[in-house]
Order: sequence, then C-alpha cells, then structure tokens
Amino acid sequence: MRNRAIPAATIAVLLAAGPALAQDLTVVSFGGAYQAGQSKALFQPAAAAMGIKLKEETYTGIADLRLKVRANAVTWDIVTSGSGSAARAGAEGILEKLDYKLIDVSSFLPGTAQEYCVGGDVFSTVLAWNTKTYGDKGPQSWADFWDVKKFPGKRSYRNGVAGSLEPALMADGVPMDKVYATLSAPGGIERAIRKIKELKPHIAVWWSSGAQHAQLMKDGEVDMINGWNGRFDVIAKDGAKVAYTFNQALLDYDCYAIAKGAPNKDRAMKFLAEISKPQYQAEFTKYITYGPTNKKAYDLGTIDAEYAKKLPSHPDNAARQLPVDLAWYIQNEAKAAAAYQNMLTE
Amino acid sequence: MTAIAERPNAAGLRRDAFLERLALFGLGSPALLLVLVAMVLPVGWLFWLSFLADDGSPSLEHYRRMWQEPSYGRTFFVTFQVSLLTTGICIVVGYPLAYVLSQLPRRAANLAMIGVLLPFWTSLLVRTYAWLVLLQRQGLVNQWGIELGLWSEPLALVHNLQGTLVGMVHIMLPFLILPVYGSMRAIDRDYLKAAANLGAGPVGAFWKVFFPLSLPGLFGGALIVFILCLGFYVTPAVLGGGRVIMVSNRIATDIELFFNWGAASALGVVLLGLTLALLYVASRLVRLDRVLGGGH
Repeated sequence: MRNRAIPAATIAVLLAAGPALAQDLTVVSFGGAYQAGQSKALFQPAAAAMGIKLKEETYTGIADLRLKVRANAVTWDIVTSGSGSAARAGAEGILEKLDYKLIDVSSFLPGTAQEYCVGGDVFSTVLAWNTKTYGDKGPQSWADFWDVKKFPGKRSYRNGVAGSLEPALMADGVPMDKVYATLSAPGGIERAIRKIKELKPHIAVWWSSGAQHAQLMKDGEVDMINGWNGRFDVIAKDGAKVAYTFNQALLDYDCYAIAKGAPNKDRAMKFLAEISKPQYQAEFTKYITYGPTNKKAYDLGTIDAEYAKKLPSHPDNAARQLPVDLAWYIQNEAKAAAAYQNMLTE
Repeated sequence: MTAIAERPNAAGLRRDAFLERLALFGLGSPALLLVLVAMVLPVGWLFWLSFLADDGSPSLEHYRRMWQEPSYGRTFFVTFQVSLLTTGICIVVGYPLAYVLSQLPRRAANLAMIGVLLPFWTSLLVRTYAWLVLLQRQGLVNQWGIELGLWSEPLALVHNLQGTLVGMVHIMLPFLILPVYGSMRAIDRDYLKAAANLGAGPVGAFWKVFFPLSLPGLFGGALIVFILCLGFYVTPAVLGGGRVIMVSNRIATDIELFFNWGAASALGVVLLGLTLALLYVASRLVRLDRVLGGGH
C-alpha cells in the first residue's frame, strides 16, 4: 500500500499543476490572412490591455467545437465564427449566452449582436473575376456569372449551400429584395438548385475553403468565382489579376462567441467587451477589407475616407447588397444542404 | 500413427507444448490487445451508433435515408469506380515495372527499388499538392505541352476524375510493386529453363510459366491497393475539384453539416460490408489465403 501512495501523490501533483500551466485565455479562428489581422489588431492588443496571457489556435469551423463540447473536452474560450453557424450553434446549446450588460453594442449595426455571438467584422460574398481574361469588362451581376455566351470561361462555385442559393435566384431574375421570400416559398430551394445545375458543366472547381478559393484565383485556375471579398483584396495586393463587385453581393458578418463550458468564461466575456470597442475594430480594417460592426469605428478618424469606400459595410456598398437572412438559415439550412449535396453528386 | 503406443514422457511433452503456446500467446497479446482496443471496439461502437436515431432510440433511419437519397448510391458508385480504376492502372503500370526490376541483377534492382520507395517517404499531402501544382491550368504540364505545340488550349488535367486517378495511382503504385516484385523474385529460374528446354519461346514461357507463378503476388498487391483506395480522403478532396466525392468525403461533410454520428457510421458500415462482400467473392475466385500469406 505504501509504495502505491507515491504514484497517486505524483498524479495529484500533476493534476494540480495542470490548470496552473494553462493559458489565461484561448481564442480560436480560421487562420490565414484573416487571423493574422485579428491577432495584430484585436487579440494581442486587447490581451495586453487586460494584462492576460493569450493563446491562439486555428480551426476549420463550428463542427470542431461541437466535437469538443460533446466530448466534454473544451479547451477554447472564444471562437470566431460565421454568423449563421453561430446562430445554429447557439440554438443547439454549444455556446454560452453573452452578457450584453458587459459588452457595449449600443452603436453596433442592427442585427450584428446575437444572443450567443457578438459581431466582429462585416464581409461580403462577392462575384470576382480574372482581370486578365475579361479586362475592364468584367461581369457585373449574377446573371452575367450565369451567362456563358457573353462571358466564356471557367467558373468556380462554393461546394456548400451557405451563400450559394441566393445568387442563383438573382441570376434567374428574382429581384434582390425578394430572394428570401422566394426561397421560403414552396419550390424555392428547388428553383435555385435547378439554376445551379444549369451552370454545372461550366463549373470547373467546387471550392471548399477561403484559402482554396483565393489560391484558385491567384493561380488563374478559374476565370470567375463567388467568394469572400477580403481574401481577394489580399491576393490582389500580392499581384493576382483579380477584381470584384459589391453588386448583388451577400452582406454577412463574422462574430465572436464563448464555447459552452469554456475554462475561463468570465474572463472571456470581459475580453469580448474589450475587442468590441471601436478602436480595435477600426484597426482591424487595416489588415483586411472587412468592415467594422461598431459604427463608432468610422467616427474615430483612423479609417481613411478613401479606404472606407472599399469596405463591405460602407453605406454606398451596403446599399447594393443583400443582407444574409440568418432566420432563413436556421430554419432551412439542413434541408437545403441535403438538396445541394444531391445536386453535387449528380 | 494412432497405433503407436503412448510414450512414457508424452504427458510432459504435452505440458511443454502447452506452455510454449501460452508463451507465444503472451508475446502476441500486446498486438492482440491493440487490435481489440484500436479496431474492434471503435468499429463495434460505430456499428452500434448506426442503428440509433438522433434521439437515441433504435432505428434504421440512417440506412433508409441512404437507400432513398440517390446521392448516397452515387457516392458508393464513385468510390468503387475510382478504386477499381486506380487498381487497374496500377496493375498495368506496376506489373511490367516489377518484372523489369526482377530481371535486373540484385544490386541494380535494389537501387531501382529506392526509386520506387522514395515517394513513400514523402507525405501524402505534399505529393497530392505537388500534382495540383503540376496539373493545373497554368501548371507545368500545360505550359510545356503548349510551348512544345502538343496542344493549344490548356487541358483540364486536374479538378476531375483524371487528376484524382493520377494522384492515387502515384500514391498506390509501391503497394502493388512490392508484393509483385517479391513473388517474381521467388520464382525459380530453372522452371523457365525447363520450359525453354521443352520448346517454349520466351513469350510462351512467360505466359505459361512465369505469369501464373507471379499471380499470387499480383492478386495480393491488387487487393491491398483496392482496399486502401476505398478509404481515400485527401487525394479526391484536393485533386477532384469537389466533383469526385468518395465515401470518406461524404462522411466528413455529413459530420460537418449535420453532426450526425449515426448517419456517418451507417456509411462506414455499408462500405465495410460491401468491401467484405467483395473480398468474399474474390476469395471464391482465387485462393485468398495463399495471397495473403496465411495457411498452406
């Protein structure tokens, strides 16, 4: 018995040392140019302001968090997420409710502060094209994207349903403000999918990630694509022949949430309150062309007026776009995703 | 044998034999335990999950959905199509190569073997992306082809079935060449001399003597390639352009989209079942035990 007590004591010491070795706070995001910007503009300065030690990790999406929560092995405090996935994840019970007495969202764009996720930046799913192929006469609408006679060339389209059905309906002649009403009506999803099927022979690649779709344009693998505006600006800065339009783009936002059972929940809440302040959001726009969700960020004078015109949430740009309807996704995404998968394998 | 009277030390011998077997079992038990913990239990657990509905009650809904949704059937079709094609190309490319290697002097063959094995030591992901870089529209192959005037418009070499096959054959080839080469080396050259002595020409001797003797290695290699192909994920995901959707890719999307262990498990179970059925059919056609090295 005596010799057994020693390993037991050792284990006890190791267990006790565990939490002490852990970080003060762990945040997770999508990597790439996006997270690099978050790190420099938001995460590290906010951690320094709060005097805490911060650890950053990368992940592919909310499904990874779901695995951790279900396995009772949550090591992340804060997760970056798309608005739609966060809404679903919140409804599913894998996120903590946010405390808006602590986080000041009084000057946020309407709808960008959800129960479980507070908006961080506004981005657009745009139509982008290769300027070497089309010169100044690039496609300007989803109808052009579908018009293979006027704009011959290889297309790439997302391999998931999020943000994929709306452009198809607009190409099919549905006015922008009627898109979600049409999708909600019986046969709406089928109509969008039929339209995509029509274009299928011209879609060379079904892209699956932001890094991949940027690479496809950079390498000139395809001539036209739907995708996230900030990624295209990053590769354009690197010399890629790419341009895009905000016409008929989908206006969406990324947000920050707290994982259910996060090891440092209270500290995470304070951290979210910190990074939601306008000065951080204004700084973030310098790294990638995603706009602030906090309107006060524009009042600080740190965002150059010319540069502000390139941001998705600039009023001139926002007016030409369709805001993504989260309620529609919460209700219909599973059904639409199954139909989309069927279309892909056909 | 039975007529021989029992020897006086028979009991002792039997005891020794038993102890020896026990010792051997003891040596093998770590591996057995590993198989049990890392294979049998998780597979059994997945099997169990596939029969549960989302709310945890027993149900066949995951299998029913697979039957009703046409996309699942097509996914299985693509999986077997890609695996069969890869195996076929590996045989056509790998068998002659193994033959050439087996005819070389030992030292030269060993050197050449390094060439075959070299890709083995490079990460699968790296090799897959390398093919993407080579085969894409502005890639090296298209650039050279156009500059040499072989073709004028860039060919669609990747982001489709062909590109996936190129990548998979490249990765699978050593798995075919190694067993084929091994069985070819083991063929006694005297058989070929005897065949020549009896009047067979080189071609006749090859087809009548050498080829049948190399078949066990070929079947073994082809089987390994085929079964490994069924579970491929990375290569079709990167080189298939989202169009070559195999069962593994489908499992990943189902987990991501619906977080449905049951549905994903059911896919795994059906794939396992189909593979076992195929192995059974194959075992009717050829003596599998000989191919896989067990039994005599």
